Amino acid sequence: MILKDIQKLEKLVNSELANKVQKSSIDFEELTIETNSDDLVDVITFLKSNDNCSFRQLIDIAGVDYPADDKRFKLVYLLLSHEFNSRIKISVKFEIGKKINSIVNIFPSANWMEREVFDMFGIEFQNHPDLRRILTDYNFDGYPLRKDFPLTGFKEVKYSEKDKKVIYEPVKLEQEYRDFDFQSPWEGTKYIKELDKKNKDDQKK
Amino acid sequence: MTKKNKTLSLNFGPQHPAAHGVLRLILELDGEVVEKADPHIGLLHRGTEKLIEHKTYTQALPYFDRLDYVAPMNQEHAFTLAIEKLLCVEVPIRAKYIRVIFCEIGRILSHILNVTTQALDVGALTPSLWGFEERETLMTFYERASGSRLHANYFRTGGVHQDLPTKLIEDIETFCKSFPKIINDLEGLLTDNRIFKQRNVEIGIVTKQEALDHSFSGVMLRGSGVPWDLRKSQPYECYRDLDFKIPVGKNGDCYDRYLCRIEEMRESVKIILQCIKQMPKGPIKSIDGKISPPSKSELKESMEALIHHFKLFTEGYRVPAGNVYTAVEAPKGEFGVYLISDGSNKPYRCKIRAPGFSHLQAMDYLIKGHMLADVPAVLGSLDIVFGEVDR
Repeated sequence: MILKDIQKLEKLVNSELANKVQKSSIDFEELTIETNSDDLVDVITFLKSNDNCSFRQLIDIAGVDYPADDKRFKLVYLLLSHEFNSRIKISVKFEIGKKINSIVNIFPSANWMEREVFDMFGIEFQNHPDLRRILTDYNFDGYPLRKDFPLTGFKEVKYSEKDKKVIYEPVKLEQEYRDFDFQSPWEGTKYIKELDKKNKDDQKK
Repeated sequence: MTKKNKTLSLNFGPQHPAAHGVLRLILELDGEVVEKADPHIGLLHRGTEKLIEHKTYTQALPYFDRLDYVAPMNQEHAFTLAIEKLLCVEVPIRAKYIRVIFCEIGRILSHILNVTTQALDVGALTPSLWGFEERETLMTFYERASGSRLHANYFRTGGVHQDLPTKLIEDIETFCKSFPKIINDLEGLLTDNRIFKQRNVEIGIVTKQEALDHSFSGVMLRGSGVPWDLRKSQPYECYRDLDFKIPVGKNGDCYDRYLCRIEEMRESVKIILQCIKQMPKGPIKSIDGKISPPSKSELKESMEALIHHFKLFTEGYRVPAGNVYTAVEAPKGEFGVYLISDGSNKPYRCKIRAPGFSHLQAMDYLIKGHMLADVPAVLGSLDIVFGEVDR
């Protein structure tokens, strides 16, 4: 998609959804709009039904965890429009415990995607027809993709010869999990700094 | 005694040859008619996304081979494209062609597997025997390029790991010349086969609108008559310079999807031949020492190369902060990577968009009202691989 079309789309979205879009930006020729979690359904309905946007396909819903922030979680909805050959990202930030409106009524395919977000981050969705865990084990505890969930997990599974069945027990590691941090404490190489500056300049343009 | 209407719950899988992996399907049956299907997935969940957050960018790449393990390099491609977009790295032309050749080989690999196992599910044994012989040849090409038949780990940020030997390119060309005959043979066994048609025609019909609503992509979308292929609509690498057609189905049933896959294999062969013809000589990865490691011979002589080597294999490279979504047309549909970088040497978050996930989700709606025996046929035509569905 050409940059001009994206800018046109950005203008359109900003004018039509003026009070609902908090911020919009174009990075790497990709348009992102930020909105409030309460306005999410309206924004997505608009983007799907408006003839100048017609984002008829939901590509994915990605959850992100920022444990240090007040609004800890972020959801990014990726939409695709076949008619205009364009993509858009809608991002919502909200605090832990907040319930998000489900978009299953707009996109039936959101069903499993929301279940996955629920499973991985513990974000709950309102009006979801069937909010169960999806990828993790039956009776799994915890939310694996949160940053405070350890990589090794809490429980491991093994076959117990004594009980003649598969049992769960707490993870026992022969040695501590070694997470080497090789990142240099010095500033990044000059090369990357130049790139960084260039990217920022491009964004300003 | 009066006959009562009672539904029967049936557990299908997780270990079942027609489940194409570890799918547990809870079916509610009324007689032989399926009323509801509830797929239970996640039995192959390995936490790929979590693991990637704990690895440097180079270390994270091999995880992509393990997603859709019948077409490994197509997945690597999406990830490398995402990093390259963030880093603004230019890929040398030769590397682009090599990548396309191997992505198309991956497409043929995946389609052979799918077409023949779908035939197997509905009762035809021979196609799989013939098809797998060809897959073996193709996997040898993978091995000769990357050293490994399945888990290639061949693509790198800024290019590919190694150049192809001349003999390998010749062999791929010979294969491309002989393979269309094999496709004809497979078609001879299946396309007009009465049993195959009875089992597939008008089974699992998807309309255009439904395909869009359920986030279908790839053959699932094209089988329903939507002409959408990322290689054409949002061309990446050198697809713009190549001449190929996108087969589109008409009825959106299992049979049309089979026909699309067969046609796509022919197009892939054409693409590979064109690539071999047009491929220029030159470097195969970015010459930027901060991103691609130096050659072994350089290491012996240049101090700077040694430092680069050391830094790249301990710290890795840092990727500027930002978030991008890149998608490639994998054999099964749109495979995307949503990558968030915080400026460090590890991805902050890497969301993998697997096409099979949305396809399998539609299982309930596709199978409703069909007979129990149609379950494997529909499942086969969805082209499910659990490595990518469960991640």
